[in-house]
Amino acid sequence: MSNEQIKSLEEIFEARIARDEKIEPKDWMPEKYRKTHIRQISQHAHSEIVGMLPEGNWISRAPSLRRKAALLAKVQDEAGHGLYLYSACETLGISRIELYDQLHSGKAKYSSIFNYPTLTWADMGAVGWLVDGAAIINQVPLCNTSFGPYARAMVRVCKEESFHQRQGFEIMLKLCNGSKQQKDMAQDALNRWWWPSLMMLGPTDAESVHTEQSMKWKLKRKSNDDLRQQFIDQTVPQADLLGLTIPDPDLKFNEQTGSYDFGTIDWDEFWQVVKGHGPCNKQRISARVAAWDNGSWVRDAAMAHAAKKEALKIKIAI
Amino acid sequence: MDNNWPLWEVFVRSKNGLEHRHFGSLHAADEDMALENARDVYTRRNEGVSIWVVKSSNIKASNPAHNGELFEPAQDKVYRHPTFYNVPDEVKHM
Repeated sequence: MSNEQIKSLEEIFEARIARDEKIEPKDWMPEKYRKTHIRQISQHAHSEIVGMLPEGNWISRAPSLRRKAALLAKVQDEAGHGLYLYSACETLGISRIELYDQLHSGKAKYSSIFNYPTLTWADMGAVGWLVDGAAIINQVPLCNTSFGPYARAMVRVCKEESFHQRQGFEIMLKLCNGSKQQKDMAQDALNRWWWPSLMMLGPTDAESVHTEQSMKWKLKRKSNDDLRQQFIDQTVPQADLLGLTIPDPDLKFNEQTGSYDFGTIDWDEFWQVVKGHGPCNKQRISARVAAWDNGSWVRDAAMAHAAKKEALKIKIAI
Repeated sequence: MDNNWPLWEVFVRSKNGLEHRHFGSLHAADEDMALENARDVYTRRNEGVSIWVVKSSNIKASNPAHNGELFEPAQDKVYRHPTFYNVPDEVKHM
């Protein structure tokens, strides 16, 4: 194809998206659109998969059967969300095994929030309340994104996600209405998860390299800073309700904007974690790689069994 | 030997009276495992009463680049629609 032909195809393509038409896997698309989507959807899938690890840590130590069943169901949902997203990503012409290789080799990123440790039971509350809360803010606009399979996966994800946040808040509420020790535990979890949750919404608009193109393709409907403000404005009253203090001395309601002003985020910490130097980066990836490697004989056995069954079917047919 | 599990397409009937609808895809070693995985991945909240799985490689899809010759012939056949035919207003039940 000549450069001119590609240029006119690109114009037609951009116009389709501007008209809110969806792009489906077999449609022509610019190479950059394909690559950007593979990057974003796979990062999202990897985040769901790695996101199971910090919570999996607490399944066997949940304080009651009710909490255990809820946490188990939440972690199972995350596995499901990872699978919806991986298969949406595969429609762009990349295989599951390539996607796994990118995660395991460190070539692909996942949300940096999962590189923080879950030290106490209150962390299960804080993760559900804050991390899933921030994730929902990020994800809801994606239900309308331009790439059909991604949008459809996100509709399913968002429908399932709201129980995650509510069960987290309920854990916090229970602790905050309990003994002093329990309330202290909840406050400690908030102290540790607050800032990483704000970072989770991405670098500031000034630093965000992909925003403009992503807005055009409806991979993003609001900027990182707007999403962060929305998250803070909706979360602060919830913390008040719990009787907990947000660990930010500069946090103050601004009568003029109707929003909360907040302190400076430690972006050095964010980039350190993104670059692999967070408290748990190595632990997370090695747990994931070990799970994959240790499951190898099971996958092989299942394939051998499938081949044997297939051969038997053919033999009976003859 | 390629030991990567093949891809399957999953179709779910949400309740009797409705058709099976495409829900997504997944990897599984064989059709029985594909059904079990589909149950776990796509129907964790009573989304269905029946599941079909089809190996993705068995699906032949039309190419959107050929949409013109495939679908355009239907566009100028307005006589396939009831509004093409003129009937006086007095005629009822038609």
